[in-house]
Amino acid sequence: MPGLDDLYKEIILDHYKNPRNQGELPVPPAIMEEGFNPLCGDEVKVYVLTDGYVIKDIRIGVQGCSISQASASMMAELVLDKTLEEARNLIEKFKKMMSAHESNLDSSEIPEDANENLLGDLQALKGVVKYPVRIKCATLGWNTFDQIIDPKK
Amino acid sequence: MTEPIFEPGKIKKDFPLLEREVNGKPIVYLDSAATSQKPIEVINRMTDYYKEINANVHRGAYHIAELATAEMEETRAKVCRFINASSEKEIIFTKNATEAINLVAYTWARSQLNEGDVILLSSLEHHSNIVPWQQLSSERNIEIRWIPIEQDGQLNLRSIDELLTGVKLLCISAVSNALGTINPVKQLTDAAHKVGAICLVDACQSVPHFETDVAELGADFLAFSGHKMCGPTGIGVLWGRLELLEKMPPFLGGGEMILNVTSEGFTANEVPWKFEAGTPPIAEIIGLGVAVSYLENIGMEAIREHEQNLTSYSLDLLTERFGNDLTIHGPEAASDRSGVISFSYRDIHPHDISQVLDQYGVCVRAGHHCCKPLMTLLGLNATARASLYIYNDESDIKVLADAINEAGKLFS
Repeated sequence: MPGLDDLYKEIILDHYKNPRNQGELPVPPAIMEEGFNPLCGDEVKVYVLTDGYVIKDIRIGVQGCSISQASASMMAELVLDKTLEEARNLIEKFKKMMSAHESNLDSSEIPEDANENLLGDLQALKGVVKYPVRIKCATLGWNTFDQIIDPKK
Repeated sequence: MTEPIFEPGKIKKDFPLLEREVNGKPIVYLDSAATSQKPIEVINRMTDYYKEINANVHRGAYHIAELATAEMEETRAKVCRFINASSEKEIIFTKNATEAINLVAYTWARSQLNEGDVILLSSLEHHSNIVPWQQLSSERNIEIRWIPIEQDGQLNLRSIDELLTGVKLLCISAVSNALGTINPVKQLTDAAHKVGAICLVDACQSVPHFETDVAELGADFLAFSGHKMCGPTGIGVLWGRLELLEKMPPFLGGGEMILNVTSEGFTANEVPWKFEAGTPPIAEIIGLGVAVSYLENIGMEAIREHEQNLTSYSLDLLTERFGNDLTIHGPEAASDRSGVISFSYRDIHPHDISQVLDQYGVCVRAGHHCCKPLMTLLGLNATARASLYIYNDESDIKVLADAINEAGKLFS
């Protein structure tokens, strides 16, 4: 679709149509946190099971748009089996990508460095920053996941 | 001679914004329930105010201050006529309808309601007619009761007598902003008055689109916003029965709302100024006056007729084109609803629909429309909402339908 290619990339539509790691986990031992986007009413539930060191399992339930669903799905796929420290690093990287200014998108301000590559498919969400209203959709699952692994925040 | 035919094409030309393009396409503005566009007369008059008569009102005894005061007070008189109020003193200028409702919550309600009293709300209310009452409820331990709805978004009044038992305040929207439902306000205010309750009508979605008569509605308070009726943002109106307003304590304290201040205390001004502390939004009030005249010139009856016809056309076109793939929420008949068309299309999220529509220049609202309790009752997370006004016509609806179709292709 003209104009929307940056937003609705194929990989995003794929995760939206076939979301990974959907569902629930028994609480406890898993931890569940809910996130809301007050602007549009989107809701997400994130279930995380850890052994205190590694993310052993993660499940997502999203009532939301393609961007929030795809972002949460890609996040779940990426953080599974990662250590909490690695997950924290990924959250930071993702949030940094989402806070980049549109004008910096194509410049060298966002380096294609090794850290950035850690985000893998999630880089497809870079185009979201051109649509400021949708940034909250993209970060909904991440902020909720962040609450689970760092509840003090 | 027959009445002149309503010509949206001609009306469109009064609105400069509707000449612009979005993403290379002519704009199709279908979000008037959120805010309406402004006719050139309103824009020009506000600019002229600043260029020619800008001065503070009710203070200076010089020429331009008198002109500014006169023009501001002329708007009060226009609004009074427009809603058939019995006195200009009953017209209080606020920031918007939300502030108007809060004014009632902080003055009338906090001086009249106590623990154990009951406030009755409809399930269709906007957050602005819910949250001020929840704030009061938690402060005073006041019960909030809800009038239920049918699946088609009309109020279920079968148990209304029971619901009204012990009620001191009924808060009801004249028209639902989320579904377009026209509520039977008169029937409700009659029933509420029988039990001695006071009735506040949220008229945000009715005053811009229907002839309004506060006496006929049986309201005690009525709130609406200027920006949804061709006026500027930052100006709203609270109408209240004079008898009630006179007994109410002031709202915000400051200049303009006093008759006298000593080191010991103050004497409040008369209504309506008692409730208008500080320098008012003068340009906005003047702009609202021009908007009222603009709507009166077209005629509120003609406006309603046009909107009902266009709503009917839209419902038919969308149903024919998309069949069961598209669900229109709210009452089935165009005569039971305003020009608000809330819909779901397949399982495509409204955010995604509105994003695709934007590519075709089509502006619709997506989300819960500040009506979360209603959406929860209907089992919906969000809807897309197209809302019509005087400047919309059939061609806008055709563009909308084509754009919805494109959204379907992208997400199929």
